[in-house]
Amino acid sequence: MPLNKTPLHQLHCDADADLTDFNGWEMPVQFDSIRTEHVAVRESVGRFDVSHMGEVRVDGPDATELMNVLTTNDVEKLDAGDAQYSCILDDDGILLDDTVVYRYPDRDGYLFVPNAGNDERMANRWSEAASRRDLDADVENVTEETGLIAVQGPDAVETVDDVAAESVGDLGRFSTIRTEIDGVDSLVARTGYTGEDGFEIFFPASESEDIWQTFSDVQACGLGARDTLRLEAGLLLSGQDFDPESEPRTPLEAGLGFVVDLSKAEFVGKEALVEQEDDGLDEEMVGIRLEERAIARAGYPICKDGEEVGHVTSGTMSPTFDVPIAFGYVETEIAEIGTEISVEIRGREKSATIADQRFLNTLETTSEE
Amino acid sequence: MEFTVPDELRYAESHEWIETTDGNVRVGISDFAQDELGDIVFVDLPSEGDELDRGEEFGVVESIKAVSDLYSPVAGTVTAVNEDVFDEPELINESPFDDGWMMELEPSEGTDHLLSPEEYRDQI
Repeated sequence: MPLNKTPLHQLHCDADADLTDFNGWEMPVQFDSIRTEHVAVRESVGRFDVSHMGEVRVDGPDATELMNVLTTNDVEKLDAGDAQYSCILDDDGILLDDTVVYRYPDRDGYLFVPNAGNDERMANRWSEAASRRDLDADVENVTEETGLIAVQGPDAVETVDDVAAESVGDLGRFSTIRTEIDGVDSLVARTGYTGEDGFEIFFPASESEDIWQTFSDVQACGLGARDTLRLEAGLLLSGQDFDPESEPRTPLEAGLGFVVDLSKAEFVGKEALVEQEDDGLDEEMVGIRLEERAIARAGYPICKDGEEVGHVTSGTMSPTFDVPIAFGYVETEIAEIGTEISVEIRGREKSATIADQRFLNTLETTSEE
Repeated sequence: MEFTVPDELRYAESHEWIETTDGNVRVGISDFAQDELGDIVFVDLPSEGDELDRGEEFGVVESIKAVSDLYSPVAGTVTAVNEDVFDEPELINESPFDDGWMMELEPSEGTDHLLSPEEYRDQI
């Protein structure tokens, strides 16, 4: 199957970016170096092409009810222009995807953003649920006609303010406005996937090149830096840290209970989660800090006293803290922060410690010698 | 993108280079290889005195993106390893043919089986 390409693909090729296959999309993994791009976002500002993410629009009198039954967070809490992080589960409470649900600021209805490659499946799921439950809602997969870039970092406000028709500095976290970016009608959201302040900007796909060029002074960043940034920030990656096939997990196991509202009357997967909450967890997601120089990569065994007690789902060398960090699932008994463990890397056990997975908030930068 | 392929070196298909001086050889990875790997963060190298066969794994180089085994281009005995790259693995990115060298061997065979610079240029 040929890979999907974002509307910016040619510009990325012209920029000599390294490309990679990511969930069916040919995407830039790095433009300069992962470290350079990572540092730009932590210290100033970076721009990302994230047009591979899905966009599904949900309209109609029963749109709220449909959204509420298919996602775990309480959609009724959203005022116009608000956004919320949420989970999409199957009947067994297993994570199919995570998503951000946006209630439009300027019109009725919702936009939600499934992960790359999941848009069709999720749009179908929404349509089928609407017809099965006899809900009056229109579901439209608008992934192809929608461009999406992220502008992230401490200087993101200044950067976007320079080209936005209205000031974006007062926009709250997880809030959106409809405005023009360099004359292009856009939905600007104060959301992101880096642990920094910043924006995600939705616009018509046909305007993608103009919008990208508008930010030509900003460091272009690829999926490599996106991965190191999200890992430092403690943010999970759908399809890797949980996946209905290869890593079936409930949001409680994945540490996403904070976006599960069990007080809602009904949502798909709720019964399974209520049961799991009563029974307690066998395994859960933890942060891991390696004490030796090696990278704990997906699939590596986690051991305690010679016994395998879990496995790694994501890992990298933290460019900010210069220590190897990882996420993994371990047996709940050893999930406490500070527990000494080891990670088996190429046949050798490397010492490690269970850590708060929000490394960005808890680790300290090592001073340059 | 143009990669540096110094004329005075010989190359393995697995992207190591070899430099022969006074009968000893020095080994590292090519400019192409360091670029493919990206930011290198960790290197594992053999100990002095280790004996290596041709094509034997002698270490590991790990970047943020990927981990890659290193293969000895010739058979021989390790006489030195570059300790600097343990503390500053980025030397391999910055200076793959000089400061980023990895080990020296007393070879027990010649280098005729390796690629010439022209042959290696064709491969990459």
